[in-house]
Amino acid sequence: MKRILAILMAAALILSFAGCAKADKSVSTDGSTSMEKVIGALGEAFSQKSGATFTYNPTGSGSGITAVLEGRCDIGLSSRSLKDSEKESGLTETVLALDGIAIIVNPENTVSDLSLEDIAKIYTGQITNWADVGGADGQIVVIGREAGSGTRDGFESITGTKDSCVYRQELTSTGDVITTVAGNPNAIGYASLASVKDTVKALTVGGVAPTEDTVKDGSYVVQRPFVLVTKADTKLSATAQAFFDFATSAEASGIISAAGAVPLA
Amino acid sequence: MKQRQSIEHIAQGVFLCAGLITVGCVLLITVYLVLSGLPAIAQIGLVPFLFGRTWASTAADPSYGILPFILTSVYGTAGAIVIGVPVGFFTAVYLSKCAPKRIRSVLEAAVSLLAGIPSVVYGLVGMMVLVPFIRQAFRLPDGASLFAAMIVLAIMILPSIVKVSLNALDAVPREYEDASLALGATETETWFRVSAPAAKSGIAAAVVLGVGRAIGEAMAVMMVAGNAPNMPSIFQSVRFLTTAVASEMSYAADGSLQKQALYSIALVLYLFIMLINAALNFFLKRDKEANT
Repeated sequence: MKRILAILMAAALILSFAGCAKADKSVSTDGSTSMEKVIGALGEAFSQKSGATFTYNPTGSGSGITAVLEGRCDIGLSSRSLKDSEKESGLTETVLALDGIAIIVNPENTVSDLSLEDIAKIYTGQITNWADVGGADGQIVVIGREAGSGTRDGFESITGTKDSCVYRQELTSTGDVITTVAGNPNAIGYASLASVKDTVKALTVGGVAPTEDTVKDGSYVVQRPFVLVTKADTKLSATAQAFFDFATSAEASGIISAAGAVPLA
Repeated sequence: MKQRQSIEHIAQGVFLCAGLITVGCVLLITVYLVLSGLPAIAQIGLVPFLFGRTWASTAADPSYGILPFILTSVYGTAGAIVIGVPVGFFTAVYLSKCAPKRIRSVLEAAVSLLAGIPSVVYGLVGMMVLVPFIRQAFRLPDGASLFAAMIVLAIMILPSIVKVSLNALDAVPREYEDASLALGATETETWFRVSAPAAKSGIAAAVVLGVGRAIGEAMAVMMVAGNAPNMPSIFQSVRFLTTAVASEMSYAADGSLQKQALYSIALVLYLFIMLINAALNFFLKRDKEANT
């Protein structure tokens, strides 16, 4: 209900201020659910610093991009790069941070490296035994997240396995995934890089280990950008611009890393 | 005198309000669930919704069939009853009829404690201990399964089964048993041929209460059942009605068909619980009539 109310109020605000600058002292963002932690932390810090009202509407990257295009929010949030068609329609992207997704297995597992293709084949059920990828004989137990999870969405789009993954378990939190993989020698799972612990082993993908550095230089491929989407030809309101500058400043990078992503600034 | 009467009136008013709050909550929930559950059913169609075998709510071409969830909930609950009722009933017979006073008080305290453990703790222990145990014992690739959920649920319903059957067995008049013993029956014969039949309504109520608790449990089963929307099979990863709602609710977009379908699942679950409550009332009422 609160969210609907917020949308209605935002709509009313935009309507009443149509044509002129948007309401002072408020920034509205709309988009990716995966960015919730990062954008929430940034928004909170920004409101405290400037006293402005900050709203975040977690609708998903696609809806966020549409919302900017239609002028329903100041800044759109997307956890994928913009498509060419979207750029042609007058949008511009600013990469705020990178998010690495670690592929984790049980520490007892002898496999320590998989190619992106093998990972995709494992998750779609084409490879079902660890022996096929150089491990000990044992049926692979595929662990994933629930439908709608940002990590699942990110993982499936990077590996190109959208809607075709065959999961043995769909768990509702990163912690549950890590606990389950730690408890089953034949399990494989994925989790946000920042939350991986010593109880599981993070695989190298195509020979590259997932670290903050390899995510940053792009050599670790299971990653996605967190993008701020704005209109190329329209100026942001003063408050929105202040937030934009704050989010991309060096000052914000501590907040971004604390929220589990790799900052670029 | 007058003052006293007005105090009475005020007190009655307060009690009435308290009662109305409860009734109001039930009505509110019912109306809300029906209103938010029906649109999706109307859009998907009752038969494809209830009897569809595939649930893929976020796929590009989504399908919303909840038959796997319904069957899983029914099988899981039945399994919990099959495992939990004998254990609970025998415990109650022992506590009521042959346990020394000291042991009885200790065991009763333990049973109460079991009832007080939060369900997330059952889930956690199940996940850390039971699931790996099932995997090793049955040489499965993974232990998270319908079977694991049945065991966790069976343990969770034990307290209600033990307590309610214990009360029923305690209420059996001593004369019945004395008469049976005087006629030459052994103690075991007396308990099972005289005491248990005399307490059967109460025991039936205990079973129904257990069914209610098992079918409504979400947290613990979410952690041990695997949650893949498969058709149920004993060692397969399965998703219950409750976990179907709980696991997808947090990410479903407002107003989407997915969210509405989750409300519809909740409505189905609610109807199940209503049915069980009606059964419980029936048994309790019969129990009361039998005792008067």
